[in-house]
Amino acid sequence: MALLQIAEPGMSAAPHQHRLAVGIDLGTTNSLVATVRSGMSIVLNDGTGHSLLPSIVRYDADGNTEVGYPAQAHQCADPHNTIVSVKRFMGRGLKDIPHANEMPYKFIDAPGMVQIKTCAGVKTPVEISAEILKTLRSRAEKALGGELVGVVITVPAYFDDAQRQATKDAARLAGLNVLRLLNEPTAAAVAYGLDNAAEGIYAVYDLGGGTFDISILRLQKGVFEVLATNGDSALGGDDFDRRVFCWVLEQAALTPLSASDTRMLMAKAREVKEELTNHPETRFTAMLSTGEMVDLQITSQILTEITQSLVQKTLAPTRKALRDAELTAEEIKGVVMVGGATRMPHIQRAVAEFFQQEPLTNLDPDKVVALGAAIQANVLAGNKSSEEMLLLDVIPLSLGIETMGGLVEKVIPRNATIPTARGQDFTTYKDGQTAMSFHVVQGERELVADCRSLARFELRGIPPMVAGAARIRLTFQVDADGLLSVSAREQISGVEAAITVKPSYGLTDDQITNMLSASRDFAGDDMQARALAEQRVEGQSILEAVNAALAADSALLTPAEHETITASQLALQNTISGSDHRAIKAAVEALNRATEDFAARRMDASIKKALTGQKIADLST
Amino acid sequence: MIDFSQNYFALFGLEPRFQIDLAHLEPGYRALQAQVHPDKFSNASDAERRLSMQCSTHVNEAYQTLKQPINRARYLLSLHDIDTQEETNTAMPADFLMEQMEWREGIGEATDAADPAALDQLAGKLRHATHALHAELAQQLDQQQDYVGAAGAVRKLRFLDKLREEINDALEALET
Repeated sequence: MALLQIAEPGMSAAPHQHRLAVGIDLGTTNSLVATVRSGMSIVLNDGTGHSLLPSIVRYDADGNTEVGYPAQAHQCADPHNTIVSVKRFMGRGLKDIPHANEMPYKFIDAPGMVQIKTCAGVKTPVEISAEILKTLRSRAEKALGGELVGVVITVPAYFDDAQRQATKDAARLAGLNVLRLLNEPTAAAVAYGLDNAAEGIYAVYDLGGGTFDISILRLQKGVFEVLATNGDSALGGDDFDRRVFCWVLEQAALTPLSASDTRMLMAKAREVKEELTNHPETRFTAMLSTGEMVDLQITSQILTEITQSLVQKTLAPTRKALRDAELTAEEIKGVVMVGGATRMPHIQRAVAEFFQQEPLTNLDPDKVVALGAAIQANVLAGNKSSEEMLLLDVIPLSLGIETMGGLVEKVIPRNATIPTARGQDFTTYKDGQTAMSFHVVQGERELVADCRSLARFELRGIPPMVAGAARIRLTFQVDADGLLSVSAREQISGVEAAITVKPSYGLTDDQITNMLSASRDFAGDDMQARALAEQRVEGQSILEAVNAALAADSALLTPAEHETITASQLALQNTISGSDHRAIKAAVEALNRATEDFAARRMDASIKKALTGQKIADLST
Repeated sequence: MIDFSQNYFALFGLEPRFQIDLAHLEPGYRALQAQVHPDKFSNASDAERRLSMQCSTHVNEAYQTLKQPINRARYLLSLHDIDTQEETNTAMPADFLMEQMEWREGIGEATDAADPAALDQLAGKLRHATHALHAELAQQLDQQQDYVGAAGAVRKLRFLDKLREEINDALEALET
């Protein structure tokens, strides 16, 4: 999707050229971008030396958008148009958002995902997040001196399909090529594990601004295998701020506040919370717009008391993750702390008590996720041999289908290693029934009403048969990003009626294209130029891939097959310098088709290679 | 071409037996994923990326099937064309059903008493019972070729799995 580096005309891109790739931590409170430079993962700063970008976006009536510190500076004066913690709205309906009525935004309860009315028009959480990503993209491109080949974006491990899809859409909208969505605790484990040469079973306790994740991983010889994950995608540092805010309201007996004062007191609550990390007590001092002064003494003891139930709320998912991994707390070799909120001493104490050991805090909890994402981005972009690193992640929540009586039939259980697929057979319940509707849900509860609705779709064109005779196979496929696609097929009649759904809250490709063309960055003729550039990049990259494959494994081809592939390569070479993006696309597709068998043979050869040294004699092939 | 019909044991270079060497299975799984995982193909052609996802999915499925004893037993039986009839065959031995009732009572009492220690103890007992059934399965499948008996043991394991879920649910309810 993003523009990649193009080699000079007439020169093909050198295979060992460094491809610019970054890892992005799109956080609730702060966002970061990191890259690997000279073998070291580093966070990229903005022009003024800041590494953190506050995840705050402000729209003004003139159509300008401010992101980060400039937006933060206006958050109290213009709370309605300054969006903070937008991550909490990603892939969420209005009813899913706690305390929505106390927020200063004009929410629109759109189907699937909430929208916000600003002075610059109605904005979706996807668009707002895309503004943050665009800012990080330009920061990275300035720092690295070129266009990005691709990015790894982190998401909370406990994000469901809707939230993941929304994140990926935001990245596409920001013109980024997403190499992978990576779970935040897994990213942290990568940064931590590679830094400390850690081996064994580790827990990652990740309390961010708005989300809590716990992941249990086995680290062994560069393989990061997630055994179980759990969490709460609506629990984070923000909730601790809120407790302080509520305590202040109660202590100072404040009457209903204006939106500006609310925002100001919330910001102050965060400052006070952070101060209590290093000081036993501090003062909460603020002047309201009415002229009224608030001046209270607050101690770390009080903070501990008013937030104790929140800390407890993180331990229940932690127990569940351990149970799912069939492990006890004693079997955990180390606990990695991630997220700014884990700086709070009473959280560290609670975690230490639970696991009976001091948690590991030697990496900056604000940066460790971005650093890990950068390491994976570097590998996925092809800059580093990926031989020594492998991430095996899981799906956080079960996926299922609605059955009779509003019950959920689980198709893929939580903590299944991805990618994964599962088929489930259904049949018709009426004679002559020619259509069947499906409702795909995600969650652990037994009732559909208690789970998240992901998609509804119909399979039509089933040949009329007696009830119970049709055999409809529904297949769930979850890819390496943790994203689901579902297809249905009637098997008995031989009639194939397949459908692939994209969950209903997701944006269609057309919607993304429209949004892109509507945004001022890509107006008018730019769209054509962009399509051409994208196709050229795509073409160049497949040419490189095929060249590399031929160099490694041409022995797997007969001379005739080799010639067919070479001919398709030449055809693509010839169209790529032209200006017809459709012709390039067609040539890319032709080359893809021409190499399908070759790809299968290479895969087969590598599987055999993997088993070398094992009991080859037992293989039936 | 990759033969998706090849049996899972062969995929990992293992003999089709219930008692397998887990120390052999795990490195085999990692070695296979290191070759086929989508992360290894992020710059490859569409065809290769699609294949990689299919292969990686297949390897995950094979690994999970062989790793879990109940799945492994069920799969071995399916290779012998034996259906474990877990949904249809509810005729369990009377003494086994009696034991089930005792388990349920135990869980119920511990839940009512809000006693997590008692639940943990039951979970421990349940692990023993499960291991005993695994030993029985090893005999039936690997020594005696008693597939009908093994199918019965799988059905029993299924009951124990449900008990474990109930204990976990009860513990969870106590924690919140």
